[in-house]
Amino acid sequence: MKDFGYSIRKDRQIDYDKNDKRVLHYLEKHEPSILTCIACGSCTATCSAGNFSDFNIRLVQTLFRRGETEPLKLEIRKCMLCGKCQLVCPRGVNMRNMILAIQTAIDKLK
Amino acid sequence: MMKRGIVIGGGIAGVTAASALAKLGIEVALLEKEPEVGGHLRNWDRLFPSRRKSTEVLQFLTKQINSTISIHTNQKVVSIQEKHGHFVVETEKGLIVEGDSILLATGFELFDASKKEEYGYGIYENVITSVELERMFQDGKGILTQQGTIPKRIGFIHCVGSRDEKVGHLYCSKVCCVTGVKQAIEIKETIPEAEVFGFYMDLRMFDRYFEEMYFEAQQQWGINFIRGRLSECSENPDHSILVKVEDTLTSRPLRMTVDLLVLLVGFIPSAETNQLASMLEIPIGEDGFLEPVDEHTLTNSAQHPGVFLAGALKGPVCISETFADARATAVQMAAYLNPY
Repeated sequence: MKDFGYSIRKDRQIDYDKNDKRVLHYLEKHEPSILTCIACGSCTATCSAGNFSDFNIRLVQTLFRRGETEPLKLEIRKCMLCGKCQLVCPRGVNMRNMILAIQTAIDKLK
Repeated sequence: MMKRGIVIGGGIAGVTAASALAKLGIEVALLEKEPEVGGHLRNWDRLFPSRRKSTEVLQFLTKQINSTISIHTNQKVVSIQEKHGHFVVETEKGLIVEGDSILLATGFELFDASKKEEYGYGIYENVITSVELERMFQDGKGILTQQGTIPKRIGFIHCVGSRDEKVGHLYCSKVCCVTGVKQAIEIKETIPEAEVFGFYMDLRMFDRYFEEMYFEAQQQWGINFIRGRLSECSENPDHSILVKVEDTLTSRPLRMTVDLLVLLVGFIPSAETNQLASMLEIPIGEDGFLEPVDEHTLTNSAQHPGVFLAGALKGPVCISETFADARATAVQMAAYLNPY
């Protein structure tokens, strides 16, 4: 059969209704400072890891808010926990503990 | 002879200007098209940012009215004649009021949300406007869907009819952002277990204590703000609403079901404002609101001798600005009527 190069691609939509928000609910309880993020990107701009890789710590916030757990697991592994982001955050988000709490929440999912 | 001023419009701007003129020794006639003064203030339950009751402000407003102001309600102006700086105003019911100067305070109307057909207002029962939600708060019978159930997830759509070339309104209506944040908090106060989302392009928390309220909405009430403008929505068989936006912070399309969708409708100039502007040949700006003599230095005077402008007919304003503007306009008008 002739190959026309067609394939089925995975849906790129974020399906909020179906996504699992357990990581978010864990963070709301254990690191509530995450709630006040305004996605300004100061954290990403100053990020030591982000200067040399595609790590985006601002995006981490959005991923757990939307229940996008799979990409979240990969993303947080890139953080070096240096804490520079925490120094520049205008809303006082405890970023280091946010990363640690995300890992704890993910471990609990298993 | 005592000079006489005519104020057209009995909302916050008109009543405040009339009372300020009275205090400055000017005899005032106020014409209001509705049966009562108070304008849009009457449609609010509580006011941003402190969430005080609107009736407190309404009481302040009506207490300002004294016997030197003659108030004529149910009087819609149909014509204005002018001769040698003397104005004769006639209403639909044949009332004739004469004066030496006119103050226009005919305000705004709200954007008709059904013009954004893709948002489903007037088509899907559970798509409502911020005005209708405010009325639910006023009625005090709880927040319910059209099916009588308590909504578990509520979405607020910012900038409906504002910042939108498609509906001919490029301008920002200024007060809808803060209204959306206020109402989101009030939903959480009423239904603590509800999930509340705000879909926005920018959140413009420009005035005192607005940013603090936004912070409170996030921190204390867990309201989630998603940056993305609603593209379209559709109705599910159970009458819930499926919204589709781009989650611009992840650069991916997002779909979500909500039980109630609230459209934050913006300002448009009122029909009366347009009619009076054409009667008095006052220029209208490209945004549809009236142009004063100078955008910075003479915002209270119309480009017509003896005519003055107060309030939202010059563009979107909030209550505190309207009070200040109306008093400033009254001073300008009094100085015109009784020059030193």
